Amino acid sequence: MAFIPHTQGDISEMLAAIGAASINELFDEIPESLRVDDLPGIPEAIGEMEITRLMQARAAQDRGALCFIGAGAYEHHVPAAVWEITTRGEYYSAYTPYQAEASQGTLQLIYEYQSMMASLTGLDVSNASLYDGASAVAEAALMAVRANRRSKSRRILVPRTLSPVYTRVTSAIAGTQGISFERVDFDVATGTTPLAALSEWEGEDITALVIPQPGFLGCLEDVDALTDWAHAHGALVIAVVNPLSLALLRPPGEWGQAGADIACGEGQPLGVPLSSGGPYFGFMTTRMAHVRQMPGRIVGRTEDLDGKPGFTLTLQAREQHIRRSKATSNICTNQGLMVTAATIYMSLLGAEGLARVAAASHANTRQLADALCTVPGVDRAFATPCFHETVLKLDRPVAPVLKGLAEHDILGGFDLSADYPELGHAMLVCATETKTAEDIASYGRALSTVLKQLKVA
Amino acid sequence: MSEVPSDLRYTSDHEWLREEDDGSVVVGITDHAQGALGELVFVEVPETGSDVTQGDACAVVESVKAASDVYAPLNGEILEVNEAIADAPEKVNQDPYGDGWLFRMRPHDAKDLDELLEAEAYQALLDELD
Amino acid sequence: MTEPLIFEHSRAGRYARAQAPNVRAELDLPPSLLRKSAPNLPEVSELQAVRHYTRLSQLNFSIDTHFYPLGSCTMKYNPRACNKLAMLPGLVDRHPLAPASHSQGFLQCMFELQEMLKSVTGMKAVSLTPMAGAQGELAGVLMIRAYHHARGDHHRNEILVPDAAHGTNPATATMCGMSVVELPTDADGDVDIAALEKAVGPNTAGIMLTNPSTVGVFERKIERIAKIVHAAGGLLYYDGANLNAILGKVRPGDMGFDVIHMNLHKIFARGRGGRGPGSGAVGVGERLKPFMPIPVVAQEEGKYRWLDERDLPQSIGRLSAFMGNAGVLLRAYVYMRMLGHDGMKRVAEFATLNANYLAARLKAAGFQLAYPGRRASHEFIITLKRLARDRGVTAMDVAKALLDYGYHAPTTYFPLLVPECLLIEPTETESKEALDGFIDAMCDIMERAVRDTEQLKGAPYTLPVRRLDDVRAARKLDVAWRPDSAA
Repeated sequence: MAFIPHTQGDISEMLAAIGAASINELFDEIPESLRVDDLPGIPEAIGEMEITRLMQARAAQDRGALCFIGAGAYEHHVPAAVWEITTRGEYYSAYTPYQAEASQGTLQLIYEYQSMMASLTGLDVSNASLYDGASAVAEAALMAVRANRRSKSRRILVPRTLSPVYTRVTSAIAGTQGISFERVDFDVATGTTPLAALSEWEGEDITALVIPQPGFLGCLEDVDALTDWAHAHGALVIAVVNPLSLALLRPPGEWGQAGADIACGEGQPLGVPLSSGGPYFGFMTTRMAHVRQMPGRIVGRTEDLDGKPGFTLTLQAREQHIRRSKATSNICTNQGLMVTAATIYMSLLGAEGLARVAAASHANTRQLADALCTVPGVDRAFATPCFHETVLKLDRPVAPVLKGLAEHDILGGFDLSADYPELGHAMLVCATETKTAEDIASYGRALSTVLKQLKVA
Repeated sequence: MSEVPSDLRYTSDHEWLREEDDGSVVVGITDHAQGALGELVFVEVPETGSDVTQGDACAVVESVKAASDVYAPLNGEILEVNEAIADAPEKVNQDPYGDGWLFRMRPHDAKDLDELLEAEAYQALLDELD
Repeated sequence: MTEPLIFEHSRAGRYARAQAPNVRAELDLPPSLLRKSAPNLPEVSELQAVRHYTRLSQLNFSIDTHFYPLGSCTMKYNPRACNKLAMLPGLVDRHPLAPASHSQGFLQCMFELQEMLKSVTGMKAVSLTPMAGAQGELAGVLMIRAYHHARGDHHRNEILVPDAAHGTNPATATMCGMSVVELPTDADGDVDIAALEKAVGPNTAGIMLTNPSTVGVFERKIERIAKIVHAAGGLLYYDGANLNAILGKVRPGDMGFDVIHMNLHKIFARGRGGRGPGSGAVGVGERLKPFMPIPVVAQEEGKYRWLDERDLPQSIGRLSAFMGNAGVLLRAYVYMRMLGHDGMKRVAEFATLNANYLAARLKAAGFQLAYPGRRASHEFIITLKRLARDRGVTAMDVAKALLDYGYHAPTTYFPLLVPECLLIEPTETESKEALDGFIDAMCDIMERAVRDTEQLKGAPYTLPVRRLDDVRAARKLDVAWRPDSAA
């Protein structure tokens, strides 16, 4: 009976109250011709013990490798307290806080989260989160079109240093709404977006410029120059940032003369496990002037009937359940549970702890690159400053090397050759604070072995 | 019973219009509309100098339970908007035909105004709603 | 009971030292790139953080602590095993870009989940990638659009949506560049067929339907609707919000739907997490297969791998950075395996039994059902319009009063076409005792509404806060704490 509590006696009493002879009779409005009796594709039920054995076996198959892949998802230490508390039933099994009086815990937590994200990004106001980093960029693009009332062009400039998959997701989600996403080239020597690449759009009506920091290639962009260029052209600035990096780097709100207008990105580095790509959460912050154009839910502090402080969803009239076809977005849920984890994570780490995690990741990646570049045939692609990812060039195709490394249980990095063919045999590597000197050394040894073997073959 | 001043023109979307001596037209939402929306928390007005087409959404009035478009009642140019209601949207609730006006526009064709409802016709429309 | 903000527990120089590296590593970065002042994050000990967030959790209603008959949200029990097993090492720490050689265990779960969902919905293929119901809807409408465009039917840009539909339906259609044509609902809660026949035409791209519908009844004329829309060249989209009501009884694929999204997080029991994460897997019929969002898992010679752009060149593309909410999908997989095919059917049977029992008892107690002539599906609507007229007590007042009895309120004011409505969905995991307790509370509230109207309208009285001032919240926006805003 799985999770159904009814006894035979309950069923009889309930059917009597309804006035039905059987449970099947309750389905008598469904046309006979449509009814099915069996679901052949679904196996017999198994108990918790059996499914535990099965899942343990499946999980064991995928265990044990050292991971040096980043490319948008980062392995960080997650304090035990984060998920112990996040999976408490009162968070895990609650729902959208429409009844504010019965949801003060979730609402206050989101208010605290909004406060932390606003401060981290140097902007005024945060929403309660979006699905993930990629879809957050799509939502930011749509928001920029609504918020920049002076621009009529619906043209958004997207540098090639933005994650290629973010670019694809943005087109898939926002591409049917008459927005033109135009690609800005990068400098193969520096891995960043030079001002000169924008000269093509000099003097034109541009709605927004996307600025990733760090870029997908790990390099840090000249965000001040790019921001000022955008503002001089009447364009809004959409900053796409790694939230962990903001423990060290200048926040979007302080870029250039006036600061970015919207900041967004992937929240996963803040206490959310890798988990095969999700659930993660997208974050978004902006200036107060644009708050009504921001998609997603927002919690505000107010007072109750007795004048006592309390929290409630606010600015709901912009949302799909009220505004329907005129809503700012079709989005309903945020990633509530992930935000719970991130808020607890940021509270445990504080500004100093977060800065230490970020600095350790930065230093480890530098050490990794140093170690790997001692292997013949491996070199750095760029001399530009990086946060915690960097591009290495190999003297041969990357895919067989990564395959060879995987046989040594080293997940060696992300192959860039499909998305950035002009970089040649290039791969993106990352070593977060979780990697020890010995981890880095074993990657070096494995790479050396693999390159030798491949040469022989 | 909501108030319907006899010297104004109306649209079936619950906007009122008042012709000024200089031929410009002041636009707001009716007493009935503000009552139906409840306490307003935000008003978005059009940009001064913009050209609007009759029937286009050109402003938004927002309460905690609804956000409603205000449609341009005539073809014309927006001459002035009521900046004061940005900080005090409650003025629209308190004085919809006075301090709570939304914008002033110059119609491209003054005769268009004559096509709109007179007070009696608008009152009849409200009676039907009840 | 209230709890100060975490920032109010903060003292300069404090943090959970076990959780960060011992030293701050040297930076190899130009100073111009660095932050000048630290962000305002709380400075608290591990115990302070643990105590604060534990206390906050205690201010919430949740399924684990309260009956939650929230219509159209399917708030059923989330088996603990689903969460525990999705967080096993090997699954929880698997990088999304790990090679197939280190992903076979995970991919096998995903492949089998796709197969099970095909079986339960009667669709021909499934993509798991949409991250929530609303994103599943987006994927569905984008596929419909891509299908018409691939045939050169660029003019098909109208989506028909019943007036009772979830707000996401019209919002999604707009997001996809479609225009929305609303269809009226007839007095029995079915789609008005005459209006549908009038509305379809050469510009029809498709129709979005929920069945059982949002008014809690099964759309009996579904076969006729499918015929009308298909004859006009449109496709049928199934909003899977109410799938719980029909699991193993009737399948959207057999009803004639071309595309469906499923809210795996609610139907297949992954916690709601205070609103998200969700998962909005989509199922498609033969015609829409080439357009599915990527990636999708395939099985080839006993091995599993992702299908991507190269395999599905006509795909509407990617909707997330990786493959969607894998963790939610794993929980759904565990849940479906524990239910098995018989359990699946029982879900629908007992969800329906509970709803009809609750409806029958409330009707007998004098409550007015919105569609008294119909069977309830897994949910039903009562309307309090008489109470509102006679006593000035609204659906919202009754909802707030229920909180004092320890029941989460049903969905209020949805669907919009029923005045002063409560949409009630008990789910199959609630016992008869729980339902009886709820009925007693409703009767008590009704009695109080007559005896002491004003007192009732002041509810709730026993929660951490009383009714909140929404107007103040929107007019004086306070959406972030700042050090200078401290009282």
